[in-house]
Amino acid sequence: MSTGVLTASYIGASILFILSLGGLSNQQTAQRGSTFGIIGMAVAIIATTLSDQITGYGVLGLMVIIGGAIGLFLASRVEMTQMPELVAILHSFVGLAAVLVGVSSFLGAGEGVSNVFAGLASGSQHASGAAKTIHDIEIFLGVFIGGVTFTGSVVAFGKLNGRISSKPLMLPGRHLLNLGIIIGSVILGVVFVQSEHSSALIPLLIMTALSFVLGVHLVMAIGGADMPVVVSMLNSYSGWAAAATGFMLSNDLLIIVGALVGSSGAILSYIMCRAMNRSFVSVILGGFGTGTGTSSASADDGPKEYVATNADEVADMLNDANNVIIVPGYGMAVAQAQNTVNEITRILRDKGTQVRFGIHPVAGRLPGHMNVLLAEAKVPYDIVMEMDEINEDFPKTDVVLVIGANDIVNPGAAEDTSSPIYGMPVLEVWNATTAVILKRSMATGYAGVDNPLFYKENSRMLFGDARESMDTVLGSLKK
Amino acid sequence: MKIGIPKEIHPGEQRVAATPDSIIKLIKLGFEVSVETNAGANAALSDAAYLESGATIVNDIKALWDDSDIILKVRSPEKHPQLDVDEIDLLHEGQNLICFIQPAQNQELLERLAAKKITVQAIDAVPRISRAQKMDALSSMANIAGYRAIMEAAHVFGRFFTGQITAAGRVPPAKVMVIGAGVAGLSAVGTANSLGAIVRAFDTRPEVKEQVESMGAEFLELEFEEDGSGEGGYAKVMSKEFIDAEMALFKEQAAEVDIIVTTALIPGKPAPKLITTEMVKVMKEGSVVVDLAAENGGNCELTEKNKAVVKNGVTIIGYTDLPSRLPTQSSQLYSSNLVHLLSDMCKDEGFKVDMEDDVIRGATVVHQGEVSWPPPPLKVPAIAKPQQTAEPIKPKEEDTGPKKLNLPVLIGAAAIFMGIGYASPPDFLSHFIVFVLACFIGYQVVWNVTPALHTPLMSVTNAISGIIVIGAILQISGPIDSPVTILAAIAVLIASINIGGGFAVTQRMLRMFRR
Repeated sequence: MSTGVLTASYIGASILFILSLGGLSNQQTAQRGSTFGIIGMAVAIIATTLSDQITGYGVLGLMVIIGGAIGLFLASRVEMTQMPELVAILHSFVGLAAVLVGVSSFLGAGEGVSNVFAGLASGSQHASGAAKTIHDIEIFLGVFIGGVTFTGSVVAFGKLNGRISSKPLMLPGRHLLNLGIIIGSVILGVVFVQSEHSSALIPLLIMTALSFVLGVHLVMAIGGADMPVVVSMLNSYSGWAAAATGFMLSNDLLIIVGALVGSSGAILSYIMCRAMNRSFVSVILGGFGTGTGTSSASADDGPKEYVATNADEVADMLNDANNVIIVPGYGMAVAQAQNTVNEITRILRDKGTQVRFGIHPVAGRLPGHMNVLLAEAKVPYDIVMEMDEINEDFPKTDVVLVIGANDIVNPGAAEDTSSPIYGMPVLEVWNATTAVILKRSMATGYAGVDNPLFYKENSRMLFGDARESMDTVLGSLKK
Repeated sequence: MKIGIPKEIHPGEQRVAATPDSIIKLIKLGFEVSVETNAGANAALSDAAYLESGATIVNDIKALWDDSDIILKVRSPEKHPQLDVDEIDLLHEGQNLICFIQPAQNQELLERLAAKKITVQAIDAVPRISRAQKMDALSSMANIAGYRAIMEAAHVFGRFFTGQITAAGRVPPAKVMVIGAGVAGLSAVGTANSLGAIVRAFDTRPEVKEQVESMGAEFLELEFEEDGSGEGGYAKVMSKEFIDAEMALFKEQAAEVDIIVTTALIPGKPAPKLITTEMVKVMKEGSVVVDLAAENGGNCELTEKNKAVVKNGVTIIGYTDLPSRLPTQSSQLYSSNLVHLLSDMCKDEGFKVDMEDDVIRGATVVHQGEVSWPPPPLKVPAIAKPQQTAEPIKPKEEDTGPKKLNLPVLIGAAAIFMGIGYASPPDFLSHFIVFVLACFIGYQVVWNVTPALHTPLMSVTNAISGIIVIGAILQISGPIDSPVTILAAIAVLIASINIGGGFAVTQRMLRMFRR
């Protein structure tokens, strides 16, 4: 296949990818968007495979088939509650692939293997020192970002599925450690660029190891509640890694796609940070909610009393209500209560009660996590509202069910200036006539902050596993 | 905090500063409320109703004044007929008094109040800005006065307001002229119009024309260019030529109309004399003039304060207690103005006189024993006027959305790009252009993604970042045992997992989203 056709295919693929992201702007077009993405990927892979210099079809075909099959298998088996883990581990694959492609490209240059595009540029590559330097930097950078993405995502995966404690790991001098690794990598980079090809592999490999350490350390230091930011940040990194690989191989398609993914992840991280009223830097540096929380918890020492309730009472309240808002949090995902919640929603809606869902941007462990879970349980998406859409409706609401959410409904964020989460926009459930809070116990949330909501006069606590509680409420409703 | 509601003592005053409804709200704000026995009797509000709303009924007047932290009244303090002491002497240090004061006319009263080391909010000194409209008692009282003015006129006027064709013959509609289209004037216009009269209104401020017409009246205009708008939405004093033209118009109208309602007031000045003795002479017998400015000297030369007099067959009504003549309505509106003021004063840490707050600063005429009237002028004119040269209000910088860029960042970015452009070979630059453009496209596209689809967005971007497989494919064609090929093969394998898994899970998720 000629270079012209290849380039044309890449342009087509790029457009398809852009349309794919554009299609996700709303639910009606989302499916089409995803299909565009698949077509784009197919076009890109087939066009590349058919280009003149590819001969290793056997290995290639085998690897694609095995890899694709594993991917499909994983995707068909995964529970929606495990989405964050899946996304995290998939990010790590991109990171690892970037490292491997970087290293093999470096080795390949030594063995005289090049590709069409690099081949076109190779005339100037050896002629100009600047071009070689840039090429070396590109390899170095691609491997570095890939390395951080790889181990960072693996750690995020571990934290999300509970194999690693979600508590932030606070090493002494951790900022210095990070800084040291970065400075060390820069020095190795200089050495790498200046070395002869034969001796340059060593600094490259040392740097790869350092980037692995950095990735682990960065994510270890971040607490569980900040996982949505971390996952979208890693999403962004995996994009930048692909873009760096694109520069390295002089491949515009990789650059475009990498940039799309990178900016997408960056925007998601920004949205998540804004939803928590925290700066990106403070999230990345980690260590939130480890000591600051106690001060406000003990700030007022008056006796705090909460009112417990039981499932029958909750069912009665729901029966009498005209307007119900359900606020789900990570607890609902953990307890797998979404199907029962949907059943309750359906019964109430059949009775003519207005039932809606209020979703906080950082509810769950992944941006949009709650929406996916509710969609899985077949909750119609047009009654699932965002925080800004529903916040002013709470005063007109009879009953709010808070299911396994804590920090995102904390009035301290709005009222208590000493609270570590002060200023974070929250769902103002306390404005409703009654707020029922489903919770396992009186423990604090991820941010480690006490929640004054529980002690409000119009709050009722329903203790126990969210799934069991909801099942009991459903049983009483059906009576 | 305790609020005390004494019974009004001014002769003929029938209003009361709190109703059972407003007390419920005050209690919600965290106050305790005590009401003097029979405080609302004249406004058809019984002690039983107050009790039901949660208030305490107090018989001992002195005890009520003594125990309360805040006293809510309608009229300013005066000599108490039963106790034979001035109400001012019932106040003690640290208390808060909220009522009508008319601080501009009552300097001496202010000083006497200040001497008691108390804090006083004059409800009539609340600045006229949009935020404070809900506590603008002058407007709510003026609204009632305008309505009542028409009722008083109708009462003494010998004919229908509306025109009718009856079996006995045709009845012409009454003609009403309203001078001054403020709140009271507009209210009078609306009331007269709904009774079926032909209504005309005049005002020196041309911008009220639309309001007048929307209330169903004809707006009388002078063939004369002069804008009478003054500060705070009130009128100002006009030039002599203007006044001459105005008087000519009134004289012409006086001969024609049956009822004249005058509401012309200029803040801090005696009311302008608009209806002269001559004009009254040309009016038809049986006509009525209702002078709402009687308190400040009257707009009509023949007005006698607090009286209805008949001159040349024309009844001239100079009552100053029109709101009090509708006591239930005016108590209800006045009390809710007070509730709004108090709820603004109770922000985070309970009741507080916040002298930084423009509204509360304006209303507070005595602060902890110091006369604090007049307040410093507001920074913005209360009611924005067209073509004002004053500082335009800057649009608030949007802090949401993707379009937040600032100049230093832009300059910095430009400098970096220039540097890259200077130092790089052209080959690199063409890729760099592609990269930067793609970042921008990503930025624009992704902002439009609805938050509900953020998870599918992540899994799709995840799948397409598997495009890195291309990099691996390009390197897979070497000898099967070379490290390059092996590394590339592994890369193809894991990138394929990514592509397959990412797209499959996205499809699965998107299928679940349904209406």
